Amino acid sequence: MGANTLAVAYLVAAVLFILGLKGLASPRTARAGNLYAMAGMTLAALVTLASPQVSDYGWIVAGVAIGGGIGALLARRVKMTDMPQLVAILHSFVGLAAVLVALGTYFTHRDAGALNALLLSELGIGSFIGAITFTGSVIAFGKLQGLVGSAPLRFAGQHWVNLALALLMVGFAGQFVLGGGLPAFAAMTALALLLGVLLILPIGGADMPVVVSMLNSYSGWAAAATGFTLHNELLIITGALVGASGAILSYIMCRAMNRSILSVIFGGFGTGEEATPVSGGVEGRSVKSAAVEDAAFMLENAGKVIIVPGYGLAVAQAQHATAELVDALEKKGVEVKFAIHPVAGRMPGHMNVLLAEADIPYDKVFEMEEINPDFATCDVALVLGANDVTNPAAKTDRASPIYGMPILDVHRARQIFFVKRSMKPGYAGVDNALFYQDNCALVFGDAKKVVEGLTQALGHS
Amino acid sequence: MTAIVVSLYIFVLACFIGYQVIWGVTPALHTPLMSLTNAISGIIIVGAMLVTGFHEADGLTRGIGFVAVVLASINIFGGFLVTQRMLAMFKKKT
Repeated sequence: MGANTLAVAYLVAAVLFILGLKGLASPRTARAGNLYAMAGMTLAALVTLASPQVSDYGWIVAGVAIGGGIGALLARRVKMTDMPQLVAILHSFVGLAAVLVALGTYFTHRDAGALNALLLSELGIGSFIGAITFTGSVIAFGKLQGLVGSAPLRFAGQHWVNLALALLMVGFAGQFVLGGGLPAFAAMTALALLLGVLLILPIGGADMPVVVSMLNSYSGWAAAATGFTLHNELLIITGALVGASGAILSYIMCRAMNRSILSVIFGGFGTGEEATPVSGGVEGRSVKSAAVEDAAFMLENAGKVIIVPGYGLAVAQAQHATAELVDALEKKGVEVKFAIHPVAGRMPGHMNVLLAEADIPYDKVFEMEEINPDFATCDVALVLGANDVTNPAAKTDRASPIYGMPILDVHRARQIFFVKRSMKPGYAGVDNALFYQDNCALVFGDAKKVVEGLTQALGHS
Repeated sequence: MTAIVVSLYIFVLACFIGYQVIWGVTPALHTPLMSLTNAISGIIIVGAMLVTGFHEADGLTRGIGFVAVVLASINIFGGFLVTQRMLAMFKKKT
C-alpha cells in the first residue's frame, strides 16, 4: 500500500472518530457515533497491517486476539457502579502502551541507525507522559476499588519532593536526548512512574471525578506524543481529541466544585488542614427525623417529586429499587423527575448511567441548571446519597469551605426527605445546613432499604 | 515547513476540533464519552503494530510490541463494547 493511500485512509479514520464523538451530543445519535468510531478503528488497524513497514503478522494477530478477548470480557462483566474503575484501568493501559511503543521505537530506529535528537526528545516525552498516566491510573483504580485507602495520603514537603523528582526526570530526559542511551531512558521512565504514584496518592476519593478526567486527558496526550515520534498524523489527531476531552471534563468537574484544578492536584478537602468541620450553630437547632411510612405518605400525596441521587445510591446499588419507587409513584399520578449534580458519583455522568441501567428514561433526568428552577414548585424533594451538593451554606455562608460551589436548590422544595445512613458529614467535612431547615426531615437508613420500604408502604395504602 | 512543524499544525488544529466537539456532548453521556475516548486512544495500536511487525525486530523488540498490542486491544474492544452496552440503556419514555 502506497504512502498516500495510507495517509488518506488515516484521514478517513480520523474523520470517523470525530463523527463518533459528535454523535454523543444526544442519546439518539450516540449509538451510531460509537459505530462510526468502531469503523474508524477497524480501517486504521487494517491499513496499518497492510503498510510496507509491517512485515510480520503472527504476534500482532495473537496480541489482538488475546487483548480483544480480555477487553470483551471486561466490557461484558463490569457492573455499572464499577465503571469508574474500568475507565481508570483502561487509561493505565494506554499509558503503559505508550511507554512500550516509545521503547520499542527506540530499538527499531537504533537498529536502523535513524536516531536523532528530535526523535529522542519525542520518544522521551511520549515515555514520561505514558509512565505518569500508567502509575497514576493504577493508583486511581486502587482508590476506586478500595485497594488503596481513598483518604488523601500526604506528608510534609511533599510538593518539594515531587518538584525535585520532576526536575531530576527532566535532567535524565536531557541526557537521553544528548545520547545517554538506554540507562538514561530507564532512569527517566522510572522517575515518571514514581511521580505518577506520588501525584495521585494525595488526592482524596471524593475528588475522583476530577482525577479520572485528568488521567483521561493524560492518556490522550500520551497517544499524541507517540504520534509525533512515529510521524503518524492519525495518532496526533486522536490524541488531541482525547486530551481535549479529558481537559474539558476536568474543567467542568472543577467548576462544579468551585475549585481550581491546582487546588485539586495540590490538596484539598478531607485533609484535616482546611476542612475543619464547621458545626457552628448546631446548638439550639434541632434535626427532625421521619419514619419511612411518613415519607411515603407525603410522597403519595405530592403532585411533583424531584429525586436527587448521589454517590450513596451507587454504593447501596439502589438504582433498581429507585426505578421501582418511581413506577409506584407514577401509578399514583405523581410526576417524578431526577436532578443530577455534575460531580455526583465518582466520575462525570456516573449517575446518568446508573439510572439508565435501571430503565429510567433519560428524559426524566435533568442537569443542575435545567432543574434548579423546578425545586421551588416541587412538593417533595427526596435526596438519596447526596450531601454536599445540596448544602445551602454554599450560597449563604461565607465561612463555609464549600462557599461558592454551585448546588442543587433542594432547600427550596416544600418538603425535603433526606435519606442518610448516619449524621456523618459529607466528604468536605461540612455540616449540611439543610438538615436544620423546618421543611427537612432525615430518614435514617441504607438508601436501598429505605427506597424499598417506601415502595412497599406505597403499595399498602 | 519541516515534518515536525506540519505535525504541530495538525496537533493544534485537532485540539480546537476536540474543544468544539466535546463541548457539544450532553452531560448525561459523559461516562460513555470517557469509555469511547478509552477506545479510540487504543489507536496507539498503530504504533504497537509498527514495532511488532518491524522486519528486523529482534525477540525483545517483538515482545515489547506484542505486549503493547495486547494492551491497546483491551482498550479498543473493552472501550467500544462497554460504550455500546451503556448507550443501549439510554431509552426515552415509552
